[in-house]
Amino acid sequence: MNRKKSAGERAFDVFNIILLTFVGIVCLYPFLYVVLASFSDPNQFIKHDFAILLKPAGFDLTAYRQVFTKDIATGYMNTIFYVVAGTMISMCFTFLGAYVLSRKHYMFRKPLTLIIMFTMYFNGGLIPMYLWVQQLGIMDTRWAVLLPTALSTYNVIVLRSAFDSIPESLIEAAKMDGASEFTCLTKIMIPLSKASTAVIVLFYAVSRWNEWLLPTIFLRTRTLFPLQIFLREILLTSSSESILATAGDATNVTALAEIVKYATIVVSTVPILCIYPFVQKYFVTGMMIGGVKE
Amino acid sequence: MEKKERFFSRAKRDLRKNRGIYLMAIPVLAFYICFSYIPIYGLQIAFKDFNLGAGIWGSPWAGFKHFQSFFTGPYFWRTLRNTLLISLYTILVCFPAPILFALLLNEVKNKAFKKTVQTVSYLPHFISLVVICGIIKEFTQSTGLINAIIAFFGGTPETMLINPARFRPIYVISDLWQTIGWNSIIYLAALSGIDPTLYDAASVDGAGRFRKILNVTLPGLLPTIIIMFILRVGQFMSVGYDKILLLYNTNTYETADVISTFVYRKGLIESNFSFSAAVSLVNSIVNFLLVIVVNKISAKVSETSLW
Repeated sequence: MNRKKSAGERAFDVFNIILLTFVGIVCLYPFLYVVLASFSDPNQFIKHDFAILLKPAGFDLTAYRQVFTKDIATGYMNTIFYVVAGTMISMCFTFLGAYVLSRKHYMFRKPLTLIIMFTMYFNGGLIPMYLWVQQLGIMDTRWAVLLPTALSTYNVIVLRSAFDSIPESLIEAAKMDGASEFTCLTKIMIPLSKASTAVIVLFYAVSRWNEWLLPTIFLRTRTLFPLQIFLREILLTSSSESILATAGDATNVTALAEIVKYATIVVSTVPILCIYPFVQKYFVTGMMIGGVKE
Repeated sequence: MEKKERFFSRAKRDLRKNRGIYLMAIPVLAFYICFSYIPIYGLQIAFKDFNLGAGIWGSPWAGFKHFQSFFTGPYFWRTLRNTLLISLYTILVCFPAPILFALLLNEVKNKAFKKTVQTVSYLPHFISLVVICGIIKEFTQSTGLINAIIAFFGGTPETMLINPARFRPIYVISDLWQTIGWNSIIYLAALSGIDPTLYDAASVDGAGRFRKILNVTLPGLLPTIIIMFILRVGQFMSVGYDKILLLYNTNTYETADVISTFVYRKGLIESNFSFSAAVSLVNSIVNFLLVIVVNKISAKVSETSLW
């Protein structure tokens, strides 16, 4: 270990640091750019010749006044509902599923495990799901968003491996004292796997926050739309002019529309970025548990 | 006959003894039946002519008609080619990159620097896909950031997302950006699990740093790499089709339209339910077979497998 580094190794170290710094900048800068652009003055933003921004081009908050529309407010409220209600439903099912899979001595363990694992590799796809949701009569209701994706098999498996690591003797002792299986789950398994539970809650919450395709397919009523659908309209499918409620006469309309888009991204992403530093390590733990071979 | 009876009496006893477990399994099983297995059973509309009045179960049978019309139709080669090429390019670029990234991070001695680069590199993974695609669209339009950089180096700016020749590079490069950090986690975990005495032994044998990477680190990573590769190949036919749905447009169908996006358009926009279910079924079956084959091969070659 105390060996002196050769010239080649030192050169490698320098090169390595430079390369990794570059990767870091490439991952971070686009978001920084979005934030800087969102505070820029439209007229100056369109004019600045080299695109790299290190500070806002001018300073203007017109865009932010345009961002808080009724759509965004509706979207935010709905998304919060889908995240909270969806995650709670998901957790109930996931706890049960993980517990059942983690128990060792019952007769139908194998077929049950097989039924659950199979869904990781094969599914009916979009069309039968769409037709089935229609036949169930929940099309265009909040249930259509909440139910079909309530359980992720991957998350069940992750939580199962956490339950597996809890000593069997604890369960046996509790059962001697007359505890039911359900009590074992709520009083022993869940309290003893808080970290993994937190990870799974975050996994569900984030995928709820991000989902857009199934809500697009299952919902028609605008008042039920989650934030992501409105974001898609603003960022990807609408024309510049239609974004603006009122276009100022002096400002460049195209540039302002652009900046409104950037401001929309900031407003819709800030909650994620605020909690990101705190929850990031839980995700990493979750990834590692999930990566353990089954 | 007697065996069957014994099975039933055993099952009965077990159901009584483990009543609690089975009661808890009911909601979970109900979920999987309702939202996984009934849709799988509903795939039968691929062999039927779906009409709204009769529903999935009542529509008349149509045999392999829809499969035939897909295989002989004008979009078969286009969607197949795009699916295979986009998937192939993505694997070629985005599969090795996180491994390399993890190896490089592993060589960094400064803890704070390593931690910072890691944290920052996970960031794109947490931003919603809609926002990511919104950013891609903004940056690649003729006045966007990427075009400005290209112009700086003497290129001509263009609205890239309407140019079919640009679609696949944009898709693959943005995918690299989205996944390089996040996908390296699993390799970093594997790296920290390598027995340190192996490195010491290699040092004693006079191995330099690069030798150690080659002869200790890489072999230690191999099982993880194989598992990740199987999982990745298992998604070969599904591509990132929600990302394509957000990024493509009629101008770029030629290079961007994959089987899954074709299924989405035919089924949910044009209401050709049976036809698009047939296309989707072909896709799923190929995908499923791929997982099995790759898993078999890897079990033979390296004794590492998923099941």
